[in-house]
Amino acid sequence: MSNNIRFVQGNEACVEGALYAGVDFFAGYPITPSTEIAEILSKKLPEKGGKFIQMEDEIASMCAIIGASLTGHKVMTATSGPGFSLKQEALGYACMAEIPCVIANVQRGGPSTGNPTHVSQGDIYQARWGTHGDHSIIALTASNHQDVFSVTVDAFNLAETYRTPVILLFDEVVGHMREKLVVPEKGEFPIVDRLRTSVKKGVDYHPYLPREDGRLPMSDFGGEHRYNVTGLFHDMWGFPSNNPRVVRDLLHHLIDKIENNVHAITRYKEHYLEGAEYILISYGSSARSAIHLAKNRRERGEKVGVLELQSIWPFPEGLVREKCANAKAVIVVEMNMGQVMKEVKACVDNPSKVFLANRIDNKLITPTNIKTLLRMIQGRGV
Amino acid sequence: MKRTRFVFSGSGGQGVITAAIILAEAAVLHEGLNATQTQSYGAAARGGSTKSDVIISDQPIYFPEVNQANILVCLTQEAYINYSSIIRPGGLVLTDSRFVITTKKVDARQIEVPMYDNVIEKIKKPIVFNICMLGALLGITEFVRPSSVMEVIKSTVPKDFVELNQNAFELGMELGALYNG
Repeated sequence: MSNNIRFVQGNEACVEGALYAGVDFFAGYPITPSTEIAEILSKKLPEKGGKFIQMEDEIASMCAIIGASLTGHKVMTATSGPGFSLKQEALGYACMAEIPCVIANVQRGGPSTGNPTHVSQGDIYQARWGTHGDHSIIALTASNHQDVFSVTVDAFNLAETYRTPVILLFDEVVGHMREKLVVPEKGEFPIVDRLRTSVKKGVDYHPYLPREDGRLPMSDFGGEHRYNVTGLFHDMWGFPSNNPRVVRDLLHHLIDKIENNVHAITRYKEHYLEGAEYILISYGSSARSAIHLAKNRRERGEKVGVLELQSIWPFPEGLVREKCANAKAVIVVEMNMGQVMKEVKACVDNPSKVFLANRIDNKLITPTNIKTLLRMIQGRGV
Repeated sequence: MKRTRFVFSGSGGQGVITAAIILAEAAVLHEGLNATQTQSYGAAARGGSTKSDVIISDQPIYFPEVNQANILVCLTQEAYINYSSIIRPGGLVLTDSRFVITTKKVDARQIEVPMYDNVIEKIKKPIVFNICMLGALLGITEFVRPSSVMEVIKSTVPKDFVELNQNAFELGMELGALYNG
């Protein structure tokens, strides 16, 4: 047997992905159900020469990773509901100042302290709009440990590519469940390293002057170049500006760099989707129940398939519209009051054929829960 | 291996969750199978009921919770009362005869084994009760090879405790073998 086979919790799969991607700085404040991410990194990061800091709270954790990223490190923090709320202001700062960082939010029941040890997927919109002001964001998710590993690697890569915070929206079931993980060999997955400026020491460096391809080379803060970083609207030197053109151009830039690359950011999986008359759209742990049901129905000759989303934001509108074009009905399976369902309704040709199979009692939605709704839609009773 | 669904239940501190993890890990690391393990989370580190679900299969496993168990292990009366109804017809219920009085209402093979009393009498350390239970389970039916479980135990427990666990595991195997077949 390969030495790379492991039997771990999803949180540990996330840690392995982060280490594979080259994380070398973590600041956090432990909170269920994300605690294992901090716990395991507190052991593994120092062994690899990285830094682990347990901060006084989630706000300080978020600020610490922003500072460390600026100095050239690959950084992450991990949290859950209440902690994710506290991180929102600094998250917006990272969007505005274009600082690569990864924030894992292992979702639990909410609002407020909610239900710490139980599952929910209620932070979909918070990930998108939790911080104030127009902005764009990348949020990824996964339903099994192999994918938790790979989307975590992707999160670091996308953070560096687009100079942006990337949110990992896992949930309690995936975080705590144990299953197989095969850790890939070095080199199997591409790793995007920090794009550093080629501007020599002593020559003017413009931190916010994009190259022709739109990317912004960075200079390790405190290193060879002096420059300004601010949460205010700023010019190419990083100095505050309220010049209307500067403001407009920067906001366009922050949004366009992500929204114009939806095709490159979108991650998804298809399960039994070919010729499916009934399409289940799901993500995270609820996708496991959806796939279970689809497999079960296919074995009985029913055309049921699953579109599993692994990138939630930017929402893959084109993909969803295309895949659902010929479906008799689309059922969004999630553990909230229909946050992704609203996005699906907004982008498909016929919103009236979109239904919600949800569960909000902080228990994992079951294949039977979904089947009950499917039967009603099919007009076959329950 | 056909999909087999286990539920391990008992009270906090008995090590039912540890036993569940060891069984599932043995299937994945040493038998090339798929397995998932989930558990109830609560303040049950000492006292309070605990439950862990394990699914082992040669196929991919999606929904990871067990609604109907092929194998149910109950180490307390409370666990037996709460979970005996989830056993599938024709399944196997393993209980400890010191802690559980079984009823005849269950449509499954019920096996009561004096695991705890044997551990106390022969090993004198209640801490390995859970490993004895795992041995008894594999003694009844070899869901995974006993050597696979021992490999996981060796890599999990501190070096000085391996022998203690091995003894408990073998004791359980002997007890379980009486009900084999």
